[in-house]
Amino acid sequence: MAKSKHRMKNEINAGSMADIAFLLLIFFLVTTTIAEDKGVLVKLPAWSDEPPPEMKLNTRNVYSVLVNAQNQLLVRGEQMQIHDLKHNTKIFIANPERREDMSENPQKAIISIKNDRGTKYNTYLEVYNELKAAYNELWEEAAMAKHGKNLDQLKPSQVKEIKDAIPLVISEAEPTKFGEEK
Amino acid sequence: MSKFKKKQGNTTPGISTASLPDIVFMLLFFFMVVTKMRETELMVTVNTPRASELTKLEKKTLVNFILIGRPTEKYKLKVGTKPQIQLGDKFATTDDIPLFLEKHKISVPESQRQSIISSLKIDKDVTMGIVGDVKTTLRKAGQLKVNYSAKKRERTAG
Repeated sequence: MAKSKHRMKNEINAGSMADIAFLLLIFFLVTTTIAEDKGVLVKLPAWSDEPPPEMKLNTRNVYSVLVNAQNQLLVRGEQMQIHDLKHNTKIFIANPERREDMSENPQKAIISIKNDRGTKYNTYLEVYNELKAAYNELWEEAAMAKHGKNLDQLKPSQVKEIKDAIPLVISEAEPTKFGEEK
Repeated sequence: MSKFKKKQGNTTPGISTASLPDIVFMLLFFFMVVTKMRETELMVTVNTPRASELTKLEKKTLVNFILIGRPTEKYKLKVGTKPQIQLGDKFATTDDIPLFLEKHKISVPESQRQSIISSLKIDKDVTMGIVGDVKTTLRKAGQLKVNYSAKKRERTAG
């Protein structure tokens, strides 16, 4: 024992302070999830107590999508997979081959969704999302063809023009309205 | 052994890192302050589905949140495992929704009331029965702008 050695004062070593603070900092950085509220925007139809007026709709203009409790799709009487839905919806709305059994023109096209109470919300939203995606893609294609620009680069008036030409009509209110279509 | 250490050559002294903790603490406090803690406790598990056609909710004051999901472990004994609606910080039924909407409406200036959006945070494994009930209630209450909360995914090809 070297008694002569000057005994060091016991000081807390602050050198590791930075490390501790860094650890905390990284913890907060990782756990902070900047809450971004995003979602599929939907406009519900207004409620009326009276039964909806009888509408004479040409069946060729109605694109009925049924989702059952087993989360299976029945589109115009035929089974379909969800990943084909967008493609087929686009063809139905635009009807490039002018087929007799598809919409006369985009303005008359109506999409109708019906679901069971047992349908999973996930499936329902996916179906809704695909239908919305079909419209979004049609709008983008129209914007490209008309103005040679992306939809988000256009003026609001031009966007409105495109959306008026291909109006988004998704009916899901009264399932029985077009429910008889088989 | 000499009593005094010989001065080492003319090496430049290292940069003092003594202020490093202060800088890091400053950053730490910044993040702690900026991190917005959830005011209301989540009483239902909500795992939102994924979707590609998303719209951002811009003004937080114009949004009210309706949560639907299965109760968390803590509340399972109390209310069971069936999907529940959570409004604010308590469980509710569809009958409570109109009052909830009205309470939120009062806090919004009159000129902006038509742009109020209901954000539905719904677990992806919930069935449409309860969702349909909520939708009907919202329609009856005149709250037609609805946002189904979802996470971002890429649009499918084709």
